[in-house]
Amino acid sequence: MSTETGTDVLDASEKSIRRMRRFGRIFLGLCLVATSIGIIALVALVADVVNEAWGWLTWEFLTHPPSFQVENYVPENYDDLATGPGGIYPALIGSIYLIALTAVFTLVLGVGAAIYLEEYARESYLTRFIEANIANLAGVPSIVYGLLGLAVFVRAMGAGASLIAAALTLTLLILPIVIVQTQEALRAVPDSMRKASYGAGATKWQTIRNVVLPEAIPGIMTGIILSLSRAIGETAPIIMVGAATTMFGPPDLTDPTGSFAAMPMQIFAWAMEPHAGFQHVAAAGIIVLLSVLLAMNATAIYIRNRYDRRA
Amino acid sequence: MSTEPIDLSRESNDVGGLLDRGAKWIFFACALVTVLTTLAIIVVLVEGAADFFSQVSVLEYLTGTEWAPRASDDPSFGVLPLVWGTLVITVGSALIAIPVGTLTAIYLSEYADDRVRRTVKPTLEVLAGIPTIVYGFFALSFITPIIQYFYPEVGTFNALSGAIVVGIMIIPMVSSISEDAMSSVPDSLRNAAYGLGATKFEVSTQVVLPASLSGILAAYILAISRAIGETMAVTLAVGMLPQITTSPFAEMQTMTAYMVEIGTGDASVGSIGYMSLFAIGLTLFVMTFLMNVGSMWVRSRYREEYE
Repeated sequence: MSTETGTDVLDASEKSIRRMRRFGRIFLGLCLVATSIGIIALVALVADVVNEAWGWLTWEFLTHPPSFQVENYVPENYDDLATGPGGIYPALIGSIYLIALTAVFTLVLGVGAAIYLEEYARESYLTRFIEANIANLAGVPSIVYGLLGLAVFVRAMGAGASLIAAALTLTLLILPIVIVQTQEALRAVPDSMRKASYGAGATKWQTIRNVVLPEAIPGIMTGIILSLSRAIGETAPIIMVGAATTMFGPPDLTDPTGSFAAMPMQIFAWAMEPHAGFQHVAAAGIIVLLSVLLAMNATAIYIRNRYDRRA
Repeated sequence: MSTEPIDLSRESNDVGGLLDRGAKWIFFACALVTVLTTLAIIVVLVEGAADFFSQVSVLEYLTGTEWAPRASDDPSFGVLPLVWGTLVITVGSALIAIPVGTLTAIYLSEYADDRVRRTVKPTLEVLAGIPTIVYGFFALSFITPIIQYFYPEVGTFNALSGAIVVGIMIIPMVSSISEDAMSSVPDSLRNAAYGLGATKFEVSTQVVLPASLSGILAAYILAISRAIGETMAVTLAVGMLPQITTSPFAEMQTMTAYMVEIGTGDASVGSIGYMSLFAIGLTLFVMTFLMNVGSMWVRSRYREEYE
């Protein structure tokens, strides 16, 4: 009798173990499927864009102003065209100029703010408030920054829908990320180096300038380049600021108060064109945008690997 | 051994430079820019919205079910259709990103070996670095045609396509932050469970998941907040027709897509269209602000301290 119930119990527990194992396998399968969904989506996205752009992305596309006629973008038609092929040139130059300007403002404000928070600020309500505020700013939708830029830089300061207004808007947009990453780079500088500098009689500013900053520069650069590569793809803020839908010439490099075209805006304009052929043009534009982005990311990774002594 | 670090720094030696003494205040001014940014956002939005609400009653704005700000004879300003469009996209994308992202995080944290994790995690994070305009294009040229293959009557612009593409976009947000939270659960907890005879499945779902719940919830809220504020993908994929409908195949308009519509249409200053930008912007800001604060609160309130 008792032995029978014993095996029953054993059977039951064996069954439940087996069931648990089966659940485990199903669960692992689900996890693998979930993980592959993200990767498949990425592959599909890249394949789709490359496929659509195939044959449309030519050297002429990079070096000519855009056109309203889709035939202008088809390489086979170039010979018959009096106007020359259509391309992304003004937007490409506009984007690079925009990012260069943004980089200057970001470098000054971002590094300055991070130095204050890491090197000077003492633990206080004000410091904690500033840091919480920065964390919150990072979550503000980019289109709201666009509204800010429209009201403050474009209208109130009278900069108009200009490169400088767009650059200032993008600077405020990426500032929270840049500050956090620069703080991390500064934090990674060992305290012993600061103490050695103080011990040698250096002042706080001399220590920051001669010891802390040189040590932290690779980390700071990496963070800034990664943030800028995010900014170069932002469309919503520059739409609100009033970037030109289509410009036929690159912006004047000596006059940042002029109007400008930028790649994401140009891609948006192409994607909204009703003619189906413009889908290929938009895809070709996306490849150019993603290539610039990739180049910036590669630079950041190169800097990180080149100067990372701990690696 | 927790003594206060001794501050050995001095403000300046003999003559010093002006910079030496001024440096602190220059850097403080830089930090202050971030506070001023928040203030400016609030002032700009509230001021613009005040102009709008001097012409449109708040009650009509908050409860009206028709959004037609540019109808010439009888414009109506009920924000609900735009809020509805935003909600549909947000809920739809969360339904995709939350299960996929969470399961991905569990796989990466509990099952995958180090090499797999080190390649898969950054690969997924590439998804977060792709400009959202590209996602809009992807929705139009890839996802919508697939939907149309199964349901030929679906139009070019539809909510489903937008929800899918935003869902894909926010997967890495859910998976990366959740994975960080799960990885920080100490191994002693796992080993204790294994010692009691638990299987890997039980350890993952009954030990690690509850232990890292605050981080996971914070990731969800952040991802949802991101979906609410998402702009270009929904402008391209979902369309520009504000309406309240339960069909996921219908064209809709989100709050952000409306802002783009006005932004590209050159609204002149002082027009009701221009003023409505700020009312919608304020609504959007308040929604995402509450979510961001909620995410921070959850993270600090329910944080499990280990060690």
